[in-house]
Amino acid sequence: MELLVATAIGVLTAAGLYLALRLRTFPVIVGLSLLTYAVNLFLFITGRLAVDMPPILRKGVETYTDPLPQALVLTAIVISFGMTAVAVMLALGAYLSAGDDDVSLPPEDRGKEGGA
Amino acid sequence: MESAAVFLPIIAALPFLGALLPGLMIQAGRNACAAFTAAPTILALILLMLCVPSVMRGEVLTFGLEWLPSLGLNVNFMLDGLGLLFAGMILGIGLLIILYARFYLSREDPMGQFYTYLLLFQGAMVGIVLSDNILLLLVFWELTSLSSFLLIGYWKHLPEGRQGARMALVVTGMGGLAMIAGMLILGDIAGSYDLSVILTQKEAIQASPMYLPALILILLGCFTKSAQFPFHFWLPHAMAAPTPVSAYLHSATMVKAGLFLMARLWPVLAGTPEWFWIVASTGLITMVMAAQIALFKDDLKALLAFSTVSHLGPDHHAAGAGDQGGGGGGGVSHHQPRRVQGGAVHDRGDRRSRGAYPRHQAAGGAAAPDAHHLYHRHGGGAVDGGDPAAQRVPVQGDDARRGGAYPLDRARLDDGSGGDAGGAFLGGLFVSLHRACVSRPQRHDYPAHPHDPGFGMWAAPAFLTVLVVLIGFMPMTFAGDLVRVSAQAVTQAEPYVKIYHWHGLVPAFWMSVIAVLGGAVLLALHRPLAAVWNATPRPEAKVMFDAVTRAATRGSTALTDGVHNGSLMRNAAVFSVVVPVLGWFAFAAGGLAPPTREPLPVALVPAVGWVLLLVATALLVVYHRARFTALVLLGIVGLMVSLGFVYFSAPDLALTQISVEVVTIILLLLALNFLPKETPAESSGARRMRDGVIAVVGGVAVTGLTYAILVRDFAQESISAFHLANSYKGGGGTNVVNVILVDFRGFDTFGEIIVLGIAALVIFALTDTVLRGAGGRRLAKRDPDTNPEGQAGDRHPLMMVVATRVMMPIALMVGAYIFLRGHNEPGGGFIAGLIVAIAFLMQYMASGYAWAEARQRVTYHATIGLGVLIAALTGMGAWLAGRPFLTSDYGYLHFPPIEEFEWATAMGFDLGVFLTVVGAVMLALQSLSSMARRAGETVNVFPMDVNPAREDEQRGGGA
Repeated sequence: MELLVATAIGVLTAAGLYLALRLRTFPVIVGLSLLTYAVNLFLFITGRLAVDMPPILRKGVETYTDPLPQALVLTAIVISFGMTAVAVMLALGAYLSAGDDDVSLPPEDRGKEGGA
Repeated sequence: MESAAVFLPIIAALPFLGALLPGLMIQAGRNACAAFTAAPTILALILLMLCVPSVMRGEVLTFGLEWLPSLGLNVNFMLDGLGLLFAGMILGIGLLIILYARFYLSREDPMGQFYTYLLLFQGAMVGIVLSDNILLLLVFWELTSLSSFLLIGYWKHLPEGRQGARMALVVTGMGGLAMIAGMLILGDIAGSYDLSVILTQKEAIQASPMYLPALILILLGCFTKSAQFPFHFWLPHAMAAPTPVSAYLHSATMVKAGLFLMARLWPVLAGTPEWFWIVASTGLITMVMAAQIALFKDDLKALLAFSTVSHLGPDHHAAGAGDQGGGGGGGVSHHQPRRVQGGAVHDRGDRRSRGAYPRHQAAGGAAAPDAHHLYHRHGGGAVDGGDPAAQRVPVQGDDARRGGAYPLDRARLDDGSGGDAGGAFLGGLFVSLHRACVSRPQRHDYPAHPHDPGFGMWAAPAFLTVLVVLIGFMPMTFAGDLVRVSAQAVTQAEPYVKIYHWHGLVPAFWMSVIAVLGGAVLLALHRPLAAVWNATPRPEAKVMFDAVTRAATRGSTALTDGVHNGSLMRNAAVFSVVVPVLGWFAFAAGGLAPPTREPLPVALVPAVGWVLLLVATALLVVYHRARFTALVLLGIVGLMVSLGFVYFSAPDLALTQISVEVVTIILLLLALNFLPKETPAESSGARRMRDGVIAVVGGVAVTGLTYAILVRDFAQESISAFHLANSYKGGGGTNVVNVILVDFRGFDTFGEIIVLGIAALVIFALTDTVLRGAGGRRLAKRDPDTNPEGQAGDRHPLMMVVATRVMMPIALMVGAYIFLRGHNEPGGGFIAGLIVAIAFLMQYMASGYAWAEARQRVTYHATIGLGVLIAALTGMGAWLAGRPFLTSDYGYLHFPPIEEFEWATAMGFDLGVFLTVVGAVMLALQSLSSMARRAGETVNVFPMDVNPAREDEQRGGGA
């Protein structure tokens, strides 16, 4: 099971990285979403894998999974939604203002800051 | 005296508080502005005067306040004789500068800004001289660099002003950084950052192997600030500032900060050969070199600048050679001629020329030698604790011999170091000469006719002149005590001070005579000498400085452009490569313990889920150009992740993930409404191969790391056991995840809902900006029917509208249920907020943005604000019970016939979370819908396009 989880996270990371390296905003956002899954899953599994041991206290149950990474990941999921929403809005704004959805600075704009 | 010590922080704070006033008072006119700038200075000066009696009795006033005691940084102030001398000088001269600047600045100059900067600078300087804690002193030290930058660059329209300000900031800022390091070393050796402790640690500090590095670093700070060779070049360029600034910063105060610090640290740093050679030779070189340059300058302010530098030289030299009072006295004296002559510059509008001008000459001419006289006296009157022979240093009083007087004092002090005396003598020669140059005969060929300044402008210099003359004639009466207490503060021993003018025909006297005669010879030969000098090529500091900065800028630009050329992919690629490399290094260096956990067996259903996840991800990569397809595949991935959370005992995460998934997909769908539906194939094959390699490397690295973690136990015991044990007892809930969120780590959650709220507001602001600009115009012109695949049959299909209406109350009920059970079962504010937001979203999707929005009476900004407020108020409720912020409480209520139920303050906090989440999600959506409205989407009067109940069969819903 551990190997399955590890490969799943690895594949999500690889796909996320590949898409994040594309030239247009939309695939980059999709890539970031995949990376978000990978990172959240990774943080979650730092509590190690546990089946049928939810962190809900019950009488007579002694072993529970680690609740702390879950609490951290829960807020991370919500925050990553906020991040995705902002990224989507940035992409939209850039597309509407500039007329294309290229993520890079056009070559004629490069090096304008920093110089002079 | 207890009462006087409490004034110290007030004195230090007054200029800073006062800095708020000029900007406000400038509305009431220039006089009011100046008056309100002077007020805090006068008040601080009065408070300082109230401290005088105690200091004169030899007491050291101290005031302590803990700031960051764990770092050794405390707000400790102290006032002794040295601090009193400097603080009085800073505040007193500051007051005169304020008066002078009122009449100096023209109507076009923004006076409010000027006074604000001036007070900031004044506060920083007072802070330096009053600080007892060296870390606090460093804070003020950096503040002087920053505020002087603002002051020097005050005339923003002048390129020289901007260059001068930049140069001053670079040089003094660099020195400041070196000094931070030096001070930290010093504090580390002494075991405390308080001066009062450090000053008692002389043996430990001087025996430490880190003494020399600390000394060099601290002296770097002092030398840069005091414009000593080879850092002298910034001061003349800083003269581009208005004259009051030049007077205040470069003659009265800022350049003395370095001297002050050297005097302050004299008891622990001085007395070693390193100190002697570094400080004395730097001072000597500076004096000779700057005096020589000044000789051949015919720009008045440049001449003064080099003269200042040259006069700072002897101060340093004195400090180096063991004469402790040297630093203190220069302040009043340098300042005075500077100001008079600055006034001349102002009047003529041209500072090129030497010459006399009626009343100025009277005031300044008399003052100049006298001023130096005073300066001398401080040098001469000071005491070398170790050398009884120097107890009474002879001072040559004759004004005319000012140039020569200096070296003979030194000659006495430096008995036995002949070269040194000779160098000093040479410097004195130059000084005497350039003084003569300033008083050359009158000229009449100025571009603008020179005139006498108004009362406001000569009053301040005149006051100083009177002061100087009085001290000149009655030194012991006017300055004796001050010299005594400040010397005592530096040497920490009771000095004997006797200042008098005539010492008889001692060798020093003859050296003075020779110096003056030499000066006269040089004066006679000045014209040919100047011609030779001007023809001689010599290194120009500004050119070198510019070359260095240009090279540094070029280097950093090349580096930045190489790594960051505006291409996001390149940044991401560099990052993606660097992280695995560093990770590999950590792996290789750290070693790996053997696995300790038994792997879980592979079950069938999860294995199927794994396959689905992998297939969906692979297809997503392959088909990412078809954006709708990509979204569908992303939905599958999200669903599998949620199911994974269910399987691995994380029901809360599964609920959150699935509802976030829904909201995210809806958001992306809405955004796709405006974005192109396809991604063009642009990347070359090689590029795709490169990205593929990077992605695979990253994926393999993460897989390896994850697996390595999963098969091993915690290295240390996890703190989770505490949470499990105390969740019910302490937090009153059985859902440990929720209790952690709203109770154990409530502060984190509080921060997180604020972040979420800010993100939503950012989205709102961004949309607003886009719609106002080119984006809005583009949207308005956009043809809504651009979708090549054609529109869906109905904009608002009947079945969908009906279904969402029916589901709305059910969804809200589920939301309420999830919210209420959250403390004990999976659920809670985050999840409930998302579910309720989805319920609203469905209405927007089915019935149209405009229709839904017209029925939405709550503003989402307010919902976000209310959520954060409720969470904060719940947290503050704990204060009423005298407990820390966000401490929770719970209990049980029983109203028959309802079953007993639990109440917990955490519920209030969770309500805040709930409202914030709802508000944030809805505000993001509303922003998108406002784009749709701008794009020409009409407000439908009827919710459904086709409604059998409506008889008119109206289609389209357009109004």
